[in-house]
Amino acid sequence: MDHFPTNWGRPRNDAVDAYGTYPIAQRPNNTPKDAFQAGIQHTQQPIVTGTSVLAIKFKDGVMMAADNLASYGSLARFKDIQRLQPVGSHTVIGAGGDMSDFQYIQAMLDDLIVDEFSAQDGHTLGPAEIHNYLAQVMYARRSKMNPLWNAILVGGVKDGKRFLSFVDLLGTTYSASTLATGYGAHIAQPLLRTAVEGKEDILTEEEALKILEQSMKVLYYRDARSLDKVRCRRF
Amino acid sequence: MASTFSSTGFNFSNELRNNFIADKGLHLPKATSTGTTIVGCLFKDGIVLGADTRATEGPIVADKNCEKIHYITENIRCCGAGTAADTEFTTALISSNMELHALSTGRQPRVVTAMTMLKQMLFRYQGHVGAALVLGGVDATGPHLFTIHPHGSTDKLPYVTMGSGSLAAMAVFESGWRANMERADALALVKAAISAGIFNDLGSGSNIDACIITASSTEMLRNVEMPNMRVQKERTYGFRRGTTAWKSESIRDLVIDEQVTHLVSEAMDTT
Repeated sequence: MDHFPTNWGRPRNDAVDAYGTYPIAQRPNNTPKDAFQAGIQHTQQPIVTGTSVLAIKFKDGVMMAADNLASYGSLARFKDIQRLQPVGSHTVIGAGGDMSDFQYIQAMLDDLIVDEFSAQDGHTLGPAEIHNYLAQVMYARRSKMNPLWNAILVGGVKDGKRFLSFVDLLGTTYSASTLATGYGAHIAQPLLRTAVEGKEDILTEEEALKILEQSMKVLYYRDARSLDKVRCRRF
Repeated sequence: MASTFSSTGFNFSNELRNNFIADKGLHLPKATSTGTTIVGCLFKDGIVLGADTRATEGPIVADKNCEKIHYITENIRCCGAGTAADTEFTTALISSNMELHALSTGRQPRVVTAMTMLKQMLFRYQGHVGAALVLGGVDATGPHLFTIHPHGSTDKLPYVTMGSGSLAAMAVFESGWRANMERADALALVKAAISAGIFNDLGSGSNIDACIITASSTEMLRNVEMPNMRVQKERTYGFRRGTTAWKSESIRDLVIDEQVTHLVSEAMDTT
């Protein structure tokens, strides 16, 4: 006999839990499934990953840096990949986290730019628009419990205005003059903050490059999943 | 009737029960290297140790100005991160043992002795004593700087950081440390490292303590920098007399009637 009234009338799996003895959280879900549903997988953990991305605002624009490594767990698998991607003519995005999800995002943004171009309405997508679009997508995926496992920095200059913002696998957004994802947030951010905060309108390009180089060096010392090959993009 | 005898030291008899419960799904909370930034740095003449001064109880600041640089001997000091009671009592115990050892050997105590005592004790407790220490000092063999983890592993390095703010502090060290620095440069570097921890880590805060140990002297710089002073309040919040009106007043003496009776006729005999 099933002693739990909340089980009466509900689909029951006699093979696994005939008498409803499992706690509610562990009760097998016995609703009928279709064959297609069985094939759907949700991202549970990132597999091929990129590590930190750093970005700062300086006098003439925004500078971003990331190394060229995609790790497969503790294996340094792909040592020459691009984690910084220009989008349209005003923006660059850099992503850490799962690289397959990043490739999907790249394809999505390519489609977006093509649509915008073919609309021919005199407007172009700037960094603020790209960032907003990504934030909506990331949050929507998180709400469906199937996140794109990335931490993305969006930076660029449009109409003379600098833009730098962060989007997360949870849809968290954040904007500041210095940003870092992953290990960079713990190790590089203190260095970036002391070097840049207050001086965003004074730093020249060479100084900004030096700051990012120094931070990437320290990250190579202390991040076990980093590489000494780095790419830097300036806007 | 259950025996009332309890042996000294830790009692591990609940381990079986804890493992059983953990298998069912309820895990023990992990003791972590909690809110602190402590650093140590080797320079030309000796060692500079640094620490912040915030003690936290979960998300609450328990002590805004605690001392994390503990005394081991005259020429050896130890910064402690992790459970405050563990660091406090462990360093006190090793300090007294070092004093006895020095008296027994007749020599100035050495840093490696303190390190060995600490690591052997921490390993014996298998990590349950949550003390993550930065031990530094100058002895007859020169300046030495060690880091000791709660499970008993040690590292001998020219610059070390421990605690939740260790990544921020280590970033500063990795950018700025050189061999054979001058005293002023070393102190500035340590202050910068602790500041990085204070301003970028939520577990660290308040003021900076430093301790400079050389062959000739040990200088304890308590609150060498106070970057988080409370601002003076803009107003005074006192109330002037008469703010609260009163309707009636009644004053009574607590002493109603006082009588002094001498119980002893002569004075006290104080011979």
